[in-house]
Amino acid sequence: MHESPSDDAPLLVSRRAVDIFVALVLLIIALVIGTESVSLGHGWMEGVGPAAGFFPFGISVLLGGASLINLINAVRNRDAESQEDFVTLTGLSRIMFVLLPLAAYIAATQFIGIYVASAIFIAGFMIAFGHNGILKSLLVGTAVPLVLFFMFERWFLVPLPKGPLEALLGY
Amino acid sequence: MEEIASLMHGFSVAATPFNLLLMVTGIILGVIIGVLPGLGGANGVAILLPLTFTMPPTSAIIMLSCIYWGALFGGAITSILFNIPGEPWSVATTFDGHPMARQGRADEALTAAFTSSFVGALVAVIMITFLAPLVAKFALKFGPAEFFAVFFLTFASFVGMSRGSPMKVVASMSLGFILGAIGLDQMTGTLRLTFGFTELLNGFDFLIAVIGLFGIGEILSSIEDGLKFQGAHAKLRLGAVFTTWGKLAKLWMTSVRSCLVGCWMGITPGGATPASFMSYGLAKRFSRNGDNFGKGEIEGVVAPETAAHAAGTSALLPMITLGIPGSPTAAVLLGGLMIWGLQPGPMLFVEQKEFVWGLIASMYLGNIVGLIIVLTCVPLFAAILRVPFSIIAPIILVVCAIGAYTVNNAMFDVWMMLVFGIVGYLFNRLDYPLAPLVLAIVLGDKAEEGFRQALLGSQGGLGVFFSNWLVGSIMMLGLVLLFWPVFGWLKERLAGTPSSERAS
Repeated sequence: MHESPSDDAPLLVSRRAVDIFVALVLLIIALVIGTESVSLGHGWMEGVGPAAGFFPFGISVLLGGASLINLINAVRNRDAESQEDFVTLTGLSRIMFVLLPLAAYIAATQFIGIYVASAIFIAGFMIAFGHNGILKSLLVGTAVPLVLFFMFERWFLVPLPKGPLEALLGY
Repeated sequence: MEEIASLMHGFSVAATPFNLLLMVTGIILGVIIGVLPGLGGANGVAILLPLTFTMPPTSAIIMLSCIYWGALFGGAITSILFNIPGEPWSVATTFDGHPMARQGRADEALTAAFTSSFVGALVAVIMITFLAPLVAKFALKFGPAEFFAVFFLTFASFVGMSRGSPMKVVASMSLGFILGAIGLDQMTGTLRLTFGFTELLNGFDFLIAVIGLFGIGEILSSIEDGLKFQGAHAKLRLGAVFTTWGKLAKLWMTSVRSCLVGCWMGITPGGATPASFMSYGLAKRFSRNGDNFGKGEIEGVVAPETAAHAAGTSALLPMITLGIPGSPTAAVLLGGLMIWGLQPGPMLFVEQKEFVWGLIASMYLGNIVGLIIVLTCVPLFAAILRVPFSIIAPIILVVCAIGAYTVNNAMFDVWMMLVFGIVGYLFNRLDYPLAPLVLAIVLGDKAEEGFRQALLGSQGGLGVFFSNWLVGSIMMLGLVLLFWPVFGWLKERLAGTPSSERAS
């Protein structure tokens, strides 16, 4: 799926480490859900049958057991693939380049509406990540939200979050 | 033949100009979704679901199922031309499809893939036509124990048929069940596992999970690789189509075998992905040209494509008859049914005849329309991949965000989508399968309800799951599938092969 990391890329974190980390997180989730289920009641309730925590308790035991085995496997796994980089520095920076603006975009949607936020997000992404021309980026950035606007607000009548600009235009 | 009469009525429902237009739109959207990285069948349908809220249910399901067919077709295009499987079930298609394209036989490979897909789907639809009413009639007699047994079989087959570590399947599935259990407990009315968050009162919507896990997660994976498409040029010459059809006719044995594998794996929810690999493996073993597999053998395209489509289509059989989807995309369609106010399950065949037979008829029509569209428009779809990823990616992300928002009109869901995206990326890289997670969120409540009601009826005795031959045999089949990996492991041990050799 992914290209093997080049030799000069600094080692960030191995696949094995992330594998251990995820198994641990799942194990903790199992413990939290397990205790919560016990407090809900995981036994038999007269007239109701199994109580509300019954099923989640069983599942948390299952998740805990499976995660424990996965954890042991991950710790014991020392083959070449597990030593590889989980993600390279370039890979990680690329991901952050998407993840952080995406979070900012979602946050901005609450204030300026989804259409304006989308326009800024698309144009910004095209300029910063793709090194596209400014004019082209602005053009695509305006066109896509416009199309979406007519699709959702006019044709399919599904209202999306709108901000001050739309209010100014009477929506 | 009652089925034939019902089907004919279905055709009259499905073949109105409006519905045909929706079919064409659906197929085209579906192929685009299948071609684009980050938009798969499941989350493509999930994102477009809100657009159908105002349509009549029959038209809505026709459009959405056509998106599904289109995505199935589209996966083959990228696999063959670009060596990028657009969908997990087209991975096996790359093995021989891409070498064929590199040898300049792209049109042959594409024709073979599309035609096989069509054949697989057609056989599965014919099977659905005659089998679905029977299964539905049978299922009317199901009690809670039987329903739980079918759920058990569903999840057991995920564990048994997994290609990776079975324990990772169990972990991923359990996480799904937990997410599904959050919110109001249907039977006792108590709130559970919300940890004080009012946003969680109604639980997690699995559509959010689908969009995050499959959509955002996929984009993150693609972006990490930097994304450079190196594609072969595609042009379908009419002559090549006919000569390929000639060759395909001689491969009828492979087709029949692949259809059987696909239908079986689709009904017992192994799903399209294992079906395609299994069919590829069988074809390689039985073919006279088995040694040429992987170097551009047309049979190596026919086998996985036929099976994947047969499985993808037959996954709808348990969905419409039992209300139990066989794949994540079928689960999204099921979610759609509930939003349109239809109760999935065996009663659908009694109460919503028009809807069910309209859907089945549209499967025939949709696949014919799909075959024509993909055969004629390949260069157009391939051109989509030449649009730089830096333009496509933000648009897909925006569309995902809108899709997540429209499910419940809540910004909280959009944030959850982001979280699911990161989880999807991690799980993908660590070989935790995503399909069981999604199906567990969808089916968790119902599986739990069946389990608890059955136990209530038996006053807590587990014997209820083996109380008659029907529920007992489903449970037994489930147990066998569940412990299938253990059998394999034991066999290996007894044969004296160290397990480390297998890994290489």
